[in-house]
Amino acid sequence: MPKRTDIKTILIIGSGPIVIGQACEFDYSGTQAIKALRKEGYRIVLINSNPATIMTDPEFADATYIEPLVPEIIEKIIAKERPQAILPTLGGQTALNLAVALSEQGILEKYNVELIGAKLPAIKKAEDRRLFRKTMQEIGLDLPKSGYAYTIEESLKVADVIGFPLIIRPSFTLGGIGSGTVYSREDFMEAAATGIDASPINEILIEESVLGWKEFELEVMRDCADNCVVICSIENIDPMGVHTGDSITVAPAQTLTDREYQKMRDWAFKVIRAIGVDTGGSNIQFAVNPADGKLVVIEMNPRVSRSSALASKATGFPIAKIASLLAVGYRLDEIPNDITLKTPASFEPTIDYCVVKIPRFAFEKFTGADQTLNTAMKSVGEVMALGRTFKEAFQKAVRGLEVGRFGLGADGSLRDARIEKRWAAGGVTREELMKEITYNLRNPNCERIFNIRYALIFGMTAAEIHEISKIDPWFLQQIQEIVDWEPAIKKLFKLPRTEQRAFLFATKQLGFSDRQIAHLTGKEPAKIRALRKKLAVIPSYKLVDTCAAEFDACTPYFYSTYEEEDEVPVTARKKVMILGAGPNRIGQGIEFDYCCVHAVLALREEGYETIMVNCNPETVSTDYDISDRLYFEPLTAEDVLNIAEKEKPLGVVVQFGGQTPLNLTAAMHAAGVKILGTSPASIDKAEDRKQFSKILQKIKIPQPASGIALNFEEAKKIATKLTYPVMVRPSYVLGGRAMKIVYDDSMLCDYMAEAAEVSPGKPILVDKFLDNAIEIDVDAISDGDDVYIAGIMEHIEHAGIHSGDSACVMPPHTLSKTSIETIVKHTSNLARELQVKGLINIQFAIKDEVVYILEANPRASRTVPYVSKATGIPLAKIAAKIMLGKKLNKIFSKKILSGSVPHLKYTAVKEVVLPWTRFNNVDVLLGPEMKSTGEVMGIDTDYGRAFAKAQLAAGSVLPRNGAVLVSLGPQGKEEVLPIIRELLNLGFEMLATQHTAEFLESHNLPVKKVNKISEGRPNVIDLIKNRSVSLVLNTPSGKASRADGYHIRRSAVMNNIPMVTTLAAARVTVEGIKALRTNDWTVTSLQEYYKASKS
Amino acid sequence: MQKRCILALESGRIFIGNSFGYEGERDGEIVFNTSLSGYQEILTDPSYCGQIVCMTNPHIGNYGINPEDMESSRIHASGFVVKEASAIVSNWRSTESLSDFLSRNKVIGLEGIDTRALTRHIRQAGAMRAVISTTETNPKKLIEKAKKSRGLVGRDLVREVTCAEKYLFTHETAVPPQFSVALLDCGCKSNIARELAERGCAVTVFPATATAEDILAINPTGIMLSNGPGDPAAVTYVIETVKKLIAHIATKNQKLPLFGICLGHQMLGLALGAKTYKLKFGHRGANHPVKDLTTGAIEITSQNHGFCVDEKSLRNNDVAVTHCNLYDGTLEGIAHKHLPIFSVQYHPEASPGPHDASYLFGRFLKLMEK
Repeated sequence: MPKRTDIKTILIIGSGPIVIGQACEFDYSGTQAIKALRKEGYRIVLINSNPATIMTDPEFADATYIEPLVPEIIEKIIAKERPQAILPTLGGQTALNLAVALSEQGILEKYNVELIGAKLPAIKKAEDRRLFRKTMQEIGLDLPKSGYAYTIEESLKVADVIGFPLIIRPSFTLGGIGSGTVYSREDFMEAAATGIDASPINEILIEESVLGWKEFELEVMRDCADNCVVICSIENIDPMGVHTGDSITVAPAQTLTDREYQKMRDWAFKVIRAIGVDTGGSNIQFAVNPADGKLVVIEMNPRVSRSSALASKATGFPIAKIASLLAVGYRLDEIPNDITLKTPASFEPTIDYCVVKIPRFAFEKFTGADQTLNTAMKSVGEVMALGRTFKEAFQKAVRGLEVGRFGLGADGSLRDARIEKRWAAGGVTREELMKEITYNLRNPNCERIFNIRYALIFGMTAAEIHEISKIDPWFLQQIQEIVDWEPAIKKLFKLPRTEQRAFLFATKQLGFSDRQIAHLTGKEPAKIRALRKKLAVIPSYKLVDTCAAEFDACTPYFYSTYEEEDEVPVTARKKVMILGAGPNRIGQGIEFDYCCVHAVLALREEGYETIMVNCNPETVSTDYDISDRLYFEPLTAEDVLNIAEKEKPLGVVVQFGGQTPLNLTAAMHAAGVKILGTSPASIDKAEDRKQFSKILQKIKIPQPASGIALNFEEAKKIATKLTYPVMVRPSYVLGGRAMKIVYDDSMLCDYMAEAAEVSPGKPILVDKFLDNAIEIDVDAISDGDDVYIAGIMEHIEHAGIHSGDSACVMPPHTLSKTSIETIVKHTSNLARELQVKGLINIQFAIKDEVVYILEANPRASRTVPYVSKATGIPLAKIAAKIMLGKKLNKIFSKKILSGSVPHLKYTAVKEVVLPWTRFNNVDVLLGPEMKSTGEVMGIDTDYGRAFAKAQLAAGSVLPRNGAVLVSLGPQGKEEVLPIIRELLNLGFEMLATQHTAEFLESHNLPVKKVNKISEGRPNVIDLIKNRSVSLVLNTPSGKASRADGYHIRRSAVMNNIPMVTTLAAARVTVEGIKALRTNDWTVTSLQEYYKASKS
Repeated sequence: MQKRCILALESGRIFIGNSFGYEGERDGEIVFNTSLSGYQEILTDPSYCGQIVCMTNPHIGNYGINPEDMESSRIHASGFVVKEASAIVSNWRSTESLSDFLSRNKVIGLEGIDTRALTRHIRQAGAMRAVISTTETNPKKLIEKAKKSRGLVGRDLVREVTCAEKYLFTHETAVPPQFSVALLDCGCKSNIARELAERGCAVTVFPATATAEDILAINPTGIMLSNGPGDPAAVTYVIETVKKLIAHIATKNQKLPLFGICLGHQMLGLALGAKTYKLKFGHRGANHPVKDLTTGAIEITSQNHGFCVDEKSLRNNDVAVTHCNLYDGTLEGIAHKHLPIFSVQYHPEASPGPHDASYLFGRFLKLMEK
């Protein structure tokens, strides 16, 4: 069937900010869709609130709206752009939910817009668990036993019928929020209450637990002629009970006979047909009882998903791209397979390697959070690895995680050392140790795989581990084979020369890294590398080709292995290698992938062959369509050097992938690989405090006073000299890890004690903290001579909150002309002094009109995509060209390069989103340690409106009226008064607990006193839960948060009530509310903004 | 300690790995199969007689061997080549490990070689003669042996795998038999008989040497030509039988359907006057898309064939092409325009592979109902 011609314009809905459960996989899928559909001649309108996406680059869609993802805004876009169709299956759960809302609110009917890909009934059948069950029962497929409930009483009745353990799943929540496994009646009540509360319709499904069953997923596609294919089967190593996003998964399925697999395949097709997904991809999850093979359907997603991104990268089959073409009427057999070019997409990929995905967690950021893995997703990113065998892929994946591990074990990691030391020192009995290990095997957690190794080493059998963990014996056997090989490696250098090569080759085939071999033999990794090269034990590279070599493949998508044949020829072109950012984590996410993709695109424009290296399957950068050559490899020195030695690029780009490639700079430099752009020496100068301070003194940029302390006494001395508050942090700081603002001696004492425990003997940096200073971020590009000031961002929060967690605004709105001039001067001087070639990000703080520098990073920053979107200037692209020798004066006019700051006719506000709802028992306060997972941008004609949009996009609806709960800490109370007066003038009512109420009354402000938690009910928390509060204004005390403050903040977050915790945010919130009350929302595309700016 | 095992090809390439399973020396045609699962069905499929099979999926043997997934009573392949044979089995139905199964069936297994390199070599150079050995350690000698080995072309392998005598296939089903199907066993996979039995057919299995008269003597309501190994052109006696059956249908009983699968399809083609040719490296796997030209629907099929009916040679105006392979455009199915005669090159009985084509058994049954 040819494509549809009755459709001219298609609206694509993105997935919004990165949150746990919805990451850059939807940028990947959306970008593919836009490219594919535009190529077919459709006009594409895109809405996505996330500026850090490739899809929102103005050249991708015809009209790009960075606007909040809410029905009322989308309606305005529909009214303006009049699309004939909406494709809602590429933007995750967010887009699907919006499609349902638009449909149910009659908006689609009003504007005569059709849903393509999945229609409303199909979405409902898949998403509404009750309808899903009914549909499955109608077609005769088994599911776990279950029942619905709306109250605790109903829940108990259902639970008694099903028995324990059981699973509670709230209806209509994302990524399993509020769901959990319950083992006993005692725990049931609370879990049921949490679930009912989490569901927007207060409904929970109580389900028979299939805990410990084998878990599988099939990625299925269907076209309009009812042709169905399976793209990939995925088997979870973690059995049922752990969210698939948090599970270690393997493709293809390893432990199913053909008979069982085909039954699953038949069922999958029955599901997609019965649910009625017309066209596109779906993900269907199954559980299999390992005792008798009983098969049950768990759930289906009628859209592309994280798993489909993984399946695409695992097989080479671009699910999202094909899904979009199917949505406009093509059939599978009418679309060519990109990889073979000769065969059609109507086939099932087969693979001749093993793929392992391991999730990456960020528990270290959320002290107190429960680290047990369950049905609610907690991981923030993932890594994928390919190898010819599971063992190889598994160890590659572990070292790709960048969690200080270079394989399953024996890599000299601190954690192994700690256990080994405790054991060797006799500080722990075997029984105690086994008890500890058993606990960690039984209760799924992110360290479980390492505990399997410990268990094996300390004498547990694979059968016992299976009994405890329910992990399939096949996987345990694979892990055992890895562990069993370790002792032999120790004897590597004692082997006769003639046997060394074969042994080393076999060792590498098991996925052991040079670091592991070095640790086991007591040598340096470099020595192992040298030996390998001498013995010609070097990796061979193989193709990902969808067909297990049955056909010739044209796509340059490679992975390393140790095999006889290297089938990847290198070209004679001039080439550049770009290192990606690895797995997403808090502090290093989509923004850096965005920069990497831009670097690739820019260098391709300049005629270079681009070689991308990355291991994150969610990203656009690992789409084989982006670079000339894609190596899907861990970002470790060993793996990257192997590629560099094979490809011999003229240089490598380390500026764009965040900290990950920067950490490899030294190793690359030492091995003679040229680092493009800013030199390693300059990077060192900026990172080394002493050298950096010297430079600042030389070019006269003030820096907050500071000192270095090894113990509390020294720290106290410094703090007394600097005067409190001070900022303390370990010297090896990454992404704000363990940074804290300290207000007095007792806090300092606590901190030093804690630091001594975490990293004994490491110095602690003590800086004067500039209280109530305004923080500024600057992104600039330098070619060593000229400097282009790309963006000056004013943080809305005061200094002291990690820049990645601060909302900020462009252009700055409170800075004096002099301050701006000083910032420009400092930036230019520093960039020149450091001989920056490429991007630099500098953080300044302004206090009492003095501009201090906080830190400088000569690399792409997290704000590059936001600045690029706000200004329309593609910073990363320009920077990439500069790194290859292009001059800024060929790109920008003299006037611009002389320091004039880009003039914007609009305001763009960046706001962050935080994963609080995912982690129970964690205070929701912002601080110097970054905790946000993603960002949104609000763009409008003035600050108030842009801010209100940013808030809306981040999921917080500013109220137009209602009651404000005020709770003030002891510091800066007076400054809040004007804000409260304004809110009162706007008609808001003030609520406060005793202390704050008395303070407000003493200033003659009307306030209604409410009970603290300890004062009886209804108390302040009840008011929040009942939504009698429409805004929370809580400025916590500088010191430890008080119990009430903590509970107020948590309940506000859990009940989605907007909350303001800083004065600056309070001021702009009032502006936002005012803007909201005067005018309705308007929508404008980026293309329109840029055009207006040029005129 | 595993024993060294060498695979030597007539092209001169050698692959050295470890043996698992039986030890000794065998020759055969080296082919690759891209199915991710189903090694037990593949090993026991009589069509692999005379062939050394390389699986492209690196991990083989994970779920062991069970009594139910047998496509015949023993292994027919001459050798088995994998990247890594699983040291343990993990499946509730498994009763035996792959290596024990190979040993018991006296079949040599080779593991630990670069199976992708082998596959690429076969793709480029074509399926070829090969020797697998754990006894000869000199690769050069083995290459010479490979060059001198028999190969497949012109060789009648059907006689080696067909049943000795006619018998009634027994299979417990819920449906009482309504039809009587004569199944000509040229190396039949059990699942063809099972599929028929489950749809209410009493299946009488005939040896390949049975004559048309033998077959018609049971007065069948349908005739099935099975799959089988090797070169169809070498099995002249079956082609003669098929010709007679067609003549019988055309002249005496136009309601008697005839359905051919794989080798059965090739022999039907030959009987209808077409020619067959050897494909460079064949089709072996579970992911080949085939288009049913009568409905436009696409089915993902299980395939195992090294020979193919030449579409250009099919000049019989009474025969229509019904199915075509979307990978390479080769002929996948034919049907007589006026008589209830049809055949497909691939495997509607699956096992291993997708069930997409099982509707063809339904078509066969519909014709019998008429």
